[in-house]
Amino acid sequence: MTQQILIAVLVLGALGIFFAVVLYIVAQKFKVVEDPLIDEVAEVLPGANCGGCGKAGCRAFAEACVSQGNMEGLRCAPGGDAVMAKIGQLLGCAVEQGEPQVAVVRCNPANCGDKRKSNYDGLRSCAFQNTVYTGESGCPFGCLGCGDCVAACQFDAIHMGENGVPVVDADKCTACGACAKACPRRVIELRNKGKKDRRVYVSCVNKEKGAVAMKSCANACIGCGKCAKVCPMEAITVEGNLSYIDYKKCIACRKCVTECPTKAIKDVGFPTPAVKPAPKPAEAPAAEKVEVPVAEKVEVKN
Amino acid sequence: MNLLNISGSPHVHSDESTKKIMWRVNAALVPALLVAIAYFGINALLVSIISVASCVLFQWLIEKYILKTPTTVGDGSAVVTGLLLAFNVPATVDMMWIVVIGALFAIGVAKMSFGGLGKNPFNPAIAGRIFLLISFPVQMTTWPQVGGLFPMNFDLATGATPLGAFKEGALPTDVTFMDAFLGHIGGSMGEVSALAILLGAAYLCWKKIITWHIPVTFIGTAFVFSGILWLIDPTAYMDPVMTILTGGIMLGACFMATDMVTSPMAKSGQLIFGFGCGLLTIVIRNWGAYPEGVSFAILIMNSVTPLLNRWCKPKRFAN
Amino acid sequence: MKTFRMGGVHPEENKISNDAAIEVMPVGKQMVVLMNQHLGAPATPIVQKGDKVKVGQLIGEAQTFMCANVHSPVSGTVTKVEPCKDAFGLAKPAVWINVEGDEWMETIDRTPDIKRECTLEPKEIVAKLKEMGIVGLGGATFPAHIKYSIPEGKKAEYLIINAAECEPYLTSDYRVMMEHAEEVCIGVSILRKALGVPNAYIGIESNKPLAIAKMQEMAKQFEGIIVEPLKVKYPQGAEKQLINAVTGRRVGSGKLPIDSGCVVSNLGTAFAVYEAIQKNKPLIENILTVTGKELPSQHNYIVRIGTTYNEIISHSIGQLPETTGKVISGGTMMGKAVVNLDAPTVKGNSSVLVIGEKEARRAPETNCIRCGKCASACPMGLEPYLFSLLVKNNRVEEAKAHNILDCIECGCCFFSCPANKPLTDEIRLGKNKVRAMMAAKK
Repeated sequence: MTQQILIAVLVLGALGIFFAVVLYIVAQKFKVVEDPLIDEVAEVLPGANCGGCGKAGCRAFAEACVSQGNMEGLRCAPGGDAVMAKIGQLLGCAVEQGEPQVAVVRCNPANCGDKRKSNYDGLRSCAFQNTVYTGESGCPFGCLGCGDCVAACQFDAIHMGENGVPVVDADKCTACGACAKACPRRVIELRNKGKKDRRVYVSCVNKEKGAVAMKSCANACIGCGKCAKVCPMEAITVEGNLSYIDYKKCIACRKCVTECPTKAIKDVGFPTPAVKPAPKPAEAPAAEKVEVPVAEKVEVKN
Repeated sequence: MNLLNISGSPHVHSDESTKKIMWRVNAALVPALLVAIAYFGINALLVSIISVASCVLFQWLIEKYILKTPTTVGDGSAVVTGLLLAFNVPATVDMMWIVVIGALFAIGVAKMSFGGLGKNPFNPAIAGRIFLLISFPVQMTTWPQVGGLFPMNFDLATGATPLGAFKEGALPTDVTFMDAFLGHIGGSMGEVSALAILLGAAYLCWKKIITWHIPVTFIGTAFVFSGILWLIDPTAYMDPVMTILTGGIMLGACFMATDMVTSPMAKSGQLIFGFGCGLLTIVIRNWGAYPEGVSFAILIMNSVTPLLNRWCKPKRFAN
Repeated sequence: MKTFRMGGVHPEENKISNDAAIEVMPVGKQMVVLMNQHLGAPATPIVQKGDKVKVGQLIGEAQTFMCANVHSPVSGTVTKVEPCKDAFGLAKPAVWINVEGDEWMETIDRTPDIKRECTLEPKEIVAKLKEMGIVGLGGATFPAHIKYSIPEGKKAEYLIINAAECEPYLTSDYRVMMEHAEEVCIGVSILRKALGVPNAYIGIESNKPLAIAKMQEMAKQFEGIIVEPLKVKYPQGAEKQLINAVTGRRVGSGKLPIDSGCVVSNLGTAFAVYEAIQKNKPLIENILTVTGKELPSQHNYIVRIGTTYNEIISHSIGQLPETTGKVISGGTMMGKAVVNLDAPTVKGNSSVLVIGEKEARRAPETNCIRCGKCASACPMGLEPYLFSLLVKNNRVEEAKAHNILDCIECGCCFFSCPANKPLTDEIRLGKNKVRAMMAAKK
């Protein structure tokens, strides 16, 4: 009995020592020498591997930082200034402060939904639908509504809205840009969050002539240029029947919002005006001074 | 007028559906079920009903309350699992409650925990059977003997299967090939009659649900391998014809190894799969602890299926 | 009977418009002629607002390599040169013409006489194909003059004419064979001469026995035309499959038919070639089928290119039935669903196919049960189920390694899938992703 136990112990012990030696030799032989700094930088990063920086993942971003030695052209959007500052400390270099950004869906949901002109019955993929035809709304530029952006988001920050157009949750959005890349029609853009989270943007990307664009969407930008004329900062340019607000110049005065004849320009984050939440059409002229389209106010989060 | 539908081509479908396939498999199992009822009487009927009902019920419960997804019991796959599970147990009174546990394991563990139909790596019925065999070895090997036709009593005489008897010592001399072919032998309720199983398999082949590759290689390999052993020593090994007619080889080869989900897709992979099943069955039967090895063989080959899918590619048109 | 070597399916044939003789569709009041009616870059408009044009006059010129001439299908005044939305709602450059009378170019021979003799040299034939804007009418609208200019170092050995018409519903090729067998044979002879090959093979699926008999009868009067009956199996008329069926050769991965010494043209193209070479008539007309189980009547028409879908529908059946679910340009297997019925037809349109709501709707997708039916139906020997997984998970490299680019998009995989997975859609998406990846690497 004792002998059996002894044999078992010896055999197992010998095996253990043998494998330990093998493992040691292998570990020594195939040792990968790596800058410990990479580990430290990777530790600081959010670790979501969103790819927003253009690298394959957080580790690749850390490697790029360390091998480059400075932070030029490298930015971790989800981490924001806090993470960037930490990396700067580790690397001992200066870090540019970036304005916090957020993803903005530049398509107006008001027209879609029940006003569909066809019924898309194929693969639920925007990238594919885009190769088949214009999409259900008939607008060859607008959102297709299959949710490629929703699938691309690592932060659960973008969801399909009721009208089949995605809605961004600004609190969760890290501006990694994955949704903008996933959108085959480039409807989504990264814009500065703005002071107090107040933003004004043209919620349309249709470059068709006004009359044509209006056929597929009542809220299309028709490129009339009224907004550009009224803008005190010259932040608005109209190009190819489509106006664009430069978020770096915009001071969110909202003059363009009231001027826009098709309500294609949206303002987000402004306090709801003091008028009743749903004024009757008859009362509307009375509220002229503070005329802000009430329907647009619903989506404060966008 | 309606809105125009838009999609990529093609704009027609063959009308083939998972539901149709599964119900056709059920139809193909009917002959074997009838034979089981004929030989084992009311027991067989009750065990089958309980097994099918509990499989369907468990799937419905899991989908409704745990996964919270729309139910898919209508596709008939739970019925297939239930029938095959019943076919894999002896038709005794004990089985009427034991089979419920088997059904829970088959549906709950082997199927739904992987994501339901199409995602399970192992054939649920086989997993259920093996679970029962290990958990209830006595009840699972108490085989009712075939008496007359349509016995209505619950307590049938029990005895060994030809395989079990052979493992113990020698093959009972009174079992003829014809008995084994028609099913006049002891065994699990669905496996006894080779004829009924082949009828069902022929129907499946006709409906293009299974192809010849797996059943033929499975049975062929078992026949050849056991034949070689038998030629070496006819006293120690069973003769090849009896080998393929008794036990679960027919049932396994025609209905369980051919399960679409758990068998390889390419024809070459299916040939390897069938070969492996046949070989392992004979190995387990002759040198394993159990008299029967079909279900273990299929289970082992199931686990190899993903590899076979990787290695065995269909012939490319343009290579 | 000959057929291709692997895969294939057999959808319901539905050739219900077989017996409808070809009618002439009257010309509408306004015509919109798109400038890209072919594979490749759009033609450049060479007319301006206010110009008078005649039938058959060149209005869009091919200025790049992969391009084809576009001619006016009507006579009248150009009202504008502006984009027009095509059948899929996308704006394409176009010439808008107000129809005035029906004045043809003097060069076009409009007599009904059939001219057999062709004295042109091969090079002249190809030049004339280019001048007349001939493109392949089998669906891909590949410019014919490029196809018939055999590149240096390659040699054509076979000319194969695709008259399989393996798509369900379509009957335009069948009607052309029944009514214009002689012209088709002359067209084939011309193409044979252009390539300098000994024999031309006309592949016809055996579900058209009358057409086979007629063509065989006619082919006897011509040198080197062989009619080849083919098994009824989709996609018998796909280029690579047809080559395989007729010659036994296989076109390699990423290769063109000419690499295997074959040139494949559609039967409709052969007819257009006859008219272009012998009658000087540019490609300004389509022969198309108006069909569908829901329709009160079935038709085959000869239609001026640029006629809108709505005009065709209102002339043939008045209006679409209430139960319409889908309007398809082409057959049910590879045709394209049309969304904009105000769009003009283009070269290569072969049908206006109307499908009922019930048939048109795809059944909901369920789990893949790994039955492998898609793989056994694939005529290219690929694994559609695998592509579906790889594309969904963005494993583009692997998809490429499994030859996703060999897919001919015939639709057999979706057709045979019991789980109703949109496999063909997924593969198309995957091919796009692979191409994007390859472009990014360059």
